[in-house]
Amino acid sequence: MRRKLALSDEILMQVEKPARYIGNEVNSIMKDKTKTDIRFCMCFPDVYEIGMSHLGIQILYSMFNSWEDVWCERVYSPWTDLDRIMRKKQIPLFALESQEPVKIMDFLGITIQYEMCYTNILQILELSQIPLYAKERTQNDPIVIGGGPCSYNPEPIAEFFDLFYIGEGETQYRSLLDTYRQNKAAGGSRQDFLYAASQIPGIYVPSLYEEEYHADGTVKGRKKLYDRAPDTILKEVEMEVSDTFYPLAPVVPFIQVTQDRVVLEIQRGCIRGCRFCQAGQIYRPVRERDVNVLKQYALEMIKNTGYDEISLSSLSSSDYSRLDELLDFLIEECSHKKINISLPSLRIDAFSLDVMSKVQDVKKSSLTFAPEAGSQKLRDIINKGLTEESILEGAALAFAGGWTRVKLYFMLGLPMETEEDIRGIGDLSNKIAAVFFDTVPKDQRTNGRVQIVTSTSFFIPKPFTPFQWAGMCTKEEFIEKAYQTKKGIMEQLNQKSIKYNWHEADLSVLEGVLARGDRKLAKVIEEAYRQGAMFDAWSECFQNEVWLASFKKCNIDPEFYTSRERREDEIFPWDFINCGVTKEFLLREWKKAMEGCVSPNCRSKCQGCGARQFGGGVCFEYEDQN
Amino acid sequence: MKIRIKFAKYGVMKFIGHLDVMRFFQKAVNRAQIDIRYSEGFNPHQVMSFAAPLGVGIESAGEYMDIEVNSMESPQAVKDALNRTMVEGIDIVSVIRLPDHAKNAMASVAAARYRITYKSPEGQITAFPIDTMDAKLAAFYDQPQIPILKKTKKGESVFDLKPGIYEICLEQAEDLFAENPKQKPAFPAISMLVDASSSGNVKPALVLEAFCKFCGVELTPFSCQITRVETYTSLAKEDGERQLVPLDAVGM
Repeated sequence: MRRKLALSDEILMQVEKPARYIGNEVNSIMKDKTKTDIRFCMCFPDVYEIGMSHLGIQILYSMFNSWEDVWCERVYSPWTDLDRIMRKKQIPLFALESQEPVKIMDFLGITIQYEMCYTNILQILELSQIPLYAKERTQNDPIVIGGGPCSYNPEPIAEFFDLFYIGEGETQYRSLLDTYRQNKAAGGSRQDFLYAASQIPGIYVPSLYEEEYHADGTVKGRKKLYDRAPDTILKEVEMEVSDTFYPLAPVVPFIQVTQDRVVLEIQRGCIRGCRFCQAGQIYRPVRERDVNVLKQYALEMIKNTGYDEISLSSLSSSDYSRLDELLDFLIEECSHKKINISLPSLRIDAFSLDVMSKVQDVKKSSLTFAPEAGSQKLRDIINKGLTEESILEGAALAFAGGWTRVKLYFMLGLPMETEEDIRGIGDLSNKIAAVFFDTVPKDQRTNGRVQIVTSTSFFIPKPFTPFQWAGMCTKEEFIEKAYQTKKGIMEQLNQKSIKYNWHEADLSVLEGVLARGDRKLAKVIEEAYRQGAMFDAWSECFQNEVWLASFKKCNIDPEFYTSRERREDEIFPWDFINCGVTKEFLLREWKKAMEGCVSPNCRSKCQGCGARQFGGGVCFEYEDQN
Repeated sequence: MKIRIKFAKYGVMKFIGHLDVMRFFQKAVNRAQIDIRYSEGFNPHQVMSFAAPLGVGIESAGEYMDIEVNSMESPQAVKDALNRTMVEGIDIVSVIRLPDHAKNAMASVAAARYRITYKSPEGQITAFPIDTMDAKLAAFYDQPQIPILKKTKKGESVFDLKPGIYEICLEQAEDLFAENPKQKPAFPAISMLVDASSSGNVKPALVLEAFCKFCGVELTPFSCQITRVETYTSLAKEDGERQLVPLDAVGM
């Protein structure tokens, strides 16, 4: 039987990129719904091209569909044009594969990758005709489960979810689905299932707790509404990364998406411990995939998708211990298959430049450095182990190799930042340009000149980082800092070779509120959504005034969540989640930051962060070798 | 060696635009492990060209693309390998080997036959809401000129469709893409053969628009389904006359 679409030809011909809504992609999975027990709809609450670029969903999609009793489908946010039509015509949001309404599914799983998608979560729920608040849902509604990095502080959106899965999906979904099936077979209610789910490791059931506050608004504690609900939720980790689910035949979109290539995840976690970085803490410990497994995956995925490009994925690929071997293999295989290799940001050194010159057109590509801070003092504070010397050396090597374009990434508003640190951004950009003019003779300058693109983002303190105690700048402070940076660059000798970009300040401030927020924010998010906030991550859609009005209407001061430096003994809304890294370790790092002390990476010297409790990965590398 | 691939595009795939269909086939050729030839240069790309782009929303039983391969077992093997990696809504209809001197698909295109059907608001194919259609189509085509307004960069200009329309009539048609060929109800459709060459391409939607205007009828937007039935090239017969033949009738 041919698939029938949920939307009429008339609608599809009127919206931008109808291919976003028709499914049917190569490697998408159709199943006989009469032969599956559980229907799971996986959602990335942003537009198709963004959602389809996400590896995590591809992993879970292939895992779920490898189970005979489960049919996993996908749904993404309808873009604003279709959103309007669906609301007007009361068309329920549908899954791409079956084109059937999301509301008839057993589960709606939402991956929450960034805070600015929170209003899109409400869009998904409302268009699906599922009540926004978990407490309003009935037996007939799907179980709404969240996951992904933002679920490490789920409290601002806790009331919209029945469950959160904290950690990596490979480990506990099977037992969660079995619990669901058993409950259904036994005639259990929705509430019975939630109680049972709360006993599964990694599963957080927000409705079983209440957040209590001090008079000043900070968290006092949590009250359990169900005796057997656990006090803390330990994140789930897949320790057998070389022997677990991997999407060897990922779905291949028809339209061009952001990450439109084979993605090979070489490792999880990061040894570096940059103090601003949440990913570097919550994905600990570092676990490398076996290089032979990766080689085999690469070949298989290229064959199954037909892609002509492959990319490596990890937080810090240069730290993968078998990188040389893997890249040699890929370069060899890919050159006769005419496959391009797109390299993730590697540490710029002789090795990486040699590899890059083999796989890229040097004249056209640019090199990226992420010093993150303008001075060595501030780089030590944030524990970014990149020295000016190594940047300038890398740049000289790169210019000698023919590269003329350099991108530099910095953050503004880091803790303890001074005017001098900001001036350092312009100085460093200038020094890199000077290296070009000093080291490359005039007749050997490819493209004739050097182009430095310096970008700054605004620092946002995130939960589970040593900077979770830090205050965040106000919008005005951010704008002043961006202005100072610009001025600093304009004063440089080589300013004509430097282009400066900066982020929007409004957006960063809001992200800061939502990132460290508590349950009181749910009504603000709802209010903003009701007033039309959606696709907040898209600058053309973001409406700051709507958010400001919503804070005001709900009587909530956003600065309570941002500007305030937290006391050491403050209870955070996310403290009940155990990501493996202890609060004591983070506090130690926060104090070391204030002293300007660096911490060595996991391979150099264990810092006792707590991730050793998972019993593997980099924490045991040394012992394995002996 | 050059090979020509004929394919059908229908159902949900009509919403995939031309550039995305090209990207789809670039990957499909890789999945089917066809030994396609690559161009020279720093960024080698597959040697692949399409005959005539198809607009979004239009179905087709006669799409063509040419590729060059270094080696192949047989055209049939290429067809089978590709069909194994297609999606619902794209079928490989034929694969033929072209003579080495053959013009590429795009340069070969001379004409195309289209079919237009009318759908009720419920989406069922039904008769056009125009009475005595046969006679009206004949009268429409009998006009010495069929002028239409064409929007150009410099404003609007009048363009005569007539020389580009070779045939137009009403026919009882059968569904080209029925899942079960035995259950093929016939339905009324406008059938037209029009110029599809790069210099004089006539869009079927424009012909339909002109015909509706001629009849004084306004059809609901998106109520018509246009299907390209076949794409033709022009061959010289022995007597010097030109003859239209499907693009895959020029194989070795």
